Amino acid sequence: MLKVENISKTFYKGSINEKIALNNLSLTLGEGEFVTVIGGNGAGKSTLLNCISGVYEIDAGRIFLDGTDISYSPEHKRSKYISRVFQDPLMGTAFDMTIEENLAIAYAKGKPKGLRPGISKADIALFREKLALLELGLEDRVKEKVGRLSGGERQALTLLMATIVKPKLLLLDEHTAALDPVIAKRVLQLTDKIVEEEKICTIMITHNMKAALDHGTRTIMMHEGKIIMDLDGKDKEGVTVEWLIEQFNRKSGTELDNDRMLLG
Amino acid sequence: MPLLMSLATTLQGSLELGIIYAIMALGVFISYRTLNIPDLTVDGSFTLGAAVSAVLASISQPFTGLALAFISGCIAGTFTAMLTTKLKIQPLLSGILMMLALYSINLKVMGNKPNIPLLNKPLIFDFLQGINSGKYAKLVFLVVILAIVLALLFFFLKTKLGFVLRATGDNEKMVRALGVSTDVMIIIGLAISNGLVALSGAMIAQYQSFADVSMGIGMVVIGLASVIIGEVIFGVKTLMRRLIAVALGAILYRLVITIALWLGMPPTDLKLVSAVIVTVALSMTAIKEKVLSFKLRCANSGRYKGERM
Ligand SMILES: Nc1ncnc2c1ncn2[C@@H]1O[C@H](COP(=O)(O)OP(=O)(O)OP(=O)(O)O)[C@@H](O)[C@H]1O
Ligand SMILES: [Mg+2]
Repeated sequence: MLKVENISKTFYKGSINEKIALNNLSLTLGEGEFVTVIGGNGAGKSTLLNCISGVYEIDAGRIFLDGTDISYSPEHKRSKYISRVFQDPLMGTAFDMTIEENLAIAYAKGKPKGLRPGISKADIALFREKLALLELGLEDRVKEKVGRLSGGERQALTLLMATIVKPKLLLLDEHTAALDPVIAKRVLQLTDKIVEEEKICTIMITHNMKAALDHGTRTIMMHEGKIIMDLDGKDKEGVTVEWLIEQFNRKSGTELDNDRMLLG
Repeated sequence: MPLLMSLATTLQGSLELGIIYAIMALGVFISYRTLNIPDLTVDGSFTLGAAVSAVLASISQPFTGLALAFISGCIAGTFTAMLTTKLKIQPLLSGILMMLALYSINLKVMGNKPNIPLLNKPLIFDFLQGINSGKYAKLVFLVVILAIVLALLFFFLKTKLGFVLRATGDNEKMVRALGVSTDVMIIIGLAISNGLVALSGAMIAQYQSFADVSMGIGMVVIGLASVIIGEVIFGVKTLMRRLIAVALGAILYRLVITIALWLGMPPTDLKLVSAVIVTVALSMTAIKEKVLSFKLRCANSGRYKGERM
């Protein structure tokens, strides 16, 4: 499905501020695989997703999606197959447009944007049905502007927008970090539900160690632009947060430092 | 009594002008609100429309003049958008550069003359004489044109393309994440915006029977004033309401200026007054916040009066 081969990314190359964010990193994801990613501050997690989605151009290496080389295709072209949910709830929606208009834009993803009406009756029925699955009552507020939703509601909506047309790859960058714990849990449950039902290949960055272990089929740990641990399937079972931290400290030779890292 | 009569005639004229300027304001609405780009090309593209329309009217093609003016405005907008998206020049600067370039281009279009008089040339308003020579014929004709422009714009903004265009101004990152090139959207948006501005300039030239190379100066400020005044007074609740508000804003602006002139304000003060109006309108939010926080503070200190040190 996704094949990342020896990619590197250095910011401010050649200056005193030079920062190696990704260092010869490789990662392969199979069909329907759901990977959670953890790591300290500046480990390169976000950079990895940004390189895969085309926000940053890689310095070296190759990225394949479904066998196609997408290493240098522009961000908006990759977006037809790769969906993203950002950490900031403001990033995923157009605040001055209604819920149904936002969904309509997401639903038209990859299709030509002609002069046909933006929303049809059938679309609205579908949107209501999908919104009902979120169990947030948004299905009755489709004509309301998104700017009036709470962060959690927006993030749930963004998740729906990211998956209403099934993507080949879903990238989640700490998409629950800005939400209060109750809502965060709800959005995580929704993520599980959608990813499992639709069998979407997913990479989810989280600062919550326990969430990383509880969700997904595989967990990787990043440090200084490299993957230092990769727990797949059976290996992941029975792993505790304490063991994970101990492994991190041993493999990286440093203490795990992530000011937002949650253990429980 | 004759004084009132003259005022009525003046007001009707100003109403007619306001309706034409409303089309320009709708153009500014597209760039400033829908795309969130303050586009200064407007000063140049307004004159460009007027110039093209005047040149074609002087060879007896007034309606073709309007169409070509719209297209030339679209092209000007496309150039500005290219400077911003492809060459990564800041939008404000791109607009200024285009405005400057258009000054020379407009002079070329006008055959290197600073103005083109259109007296005794066939104009778009001429056919009205055949249908109805009444006092309000022109006014009705202009209202119809404005209504058509409003309707077309409304339906356009409600199409799939229109949705993405609106989202581009709201959140570029999201639009790219949803698989659309924001560059293309900015090009389409600025093209339409300046097309409308040029159309408005074209109609003004025919309405007042001349085109002048400096008639666009300050147009962007008038456009912004119309957008903001319209939104503040007539509301922004739905898209339709917002578009109508912008058009009404332009008309209201024109009426206010006319009355001020009629009351004796020297015409040379016009630009100063425009600048002041826009400054007040733009600072409205900040002022509102200040007032609100002041009120809150007063209420608070009132509550704790007894315990203040
Ligand atoms: N746009 C950028 N310009 C310059 N440096 C950057 C940029 N983006 C990331 N970096 C640097 O690259 C390194 C990796 O950053 P990245 O954002 O990928 O870390 P992260 O693992 O997501 O960390 P966090 O947990 O804090 O989100 C950091 O040192 C960061 O300062
Ligand atoms: Mg990050």
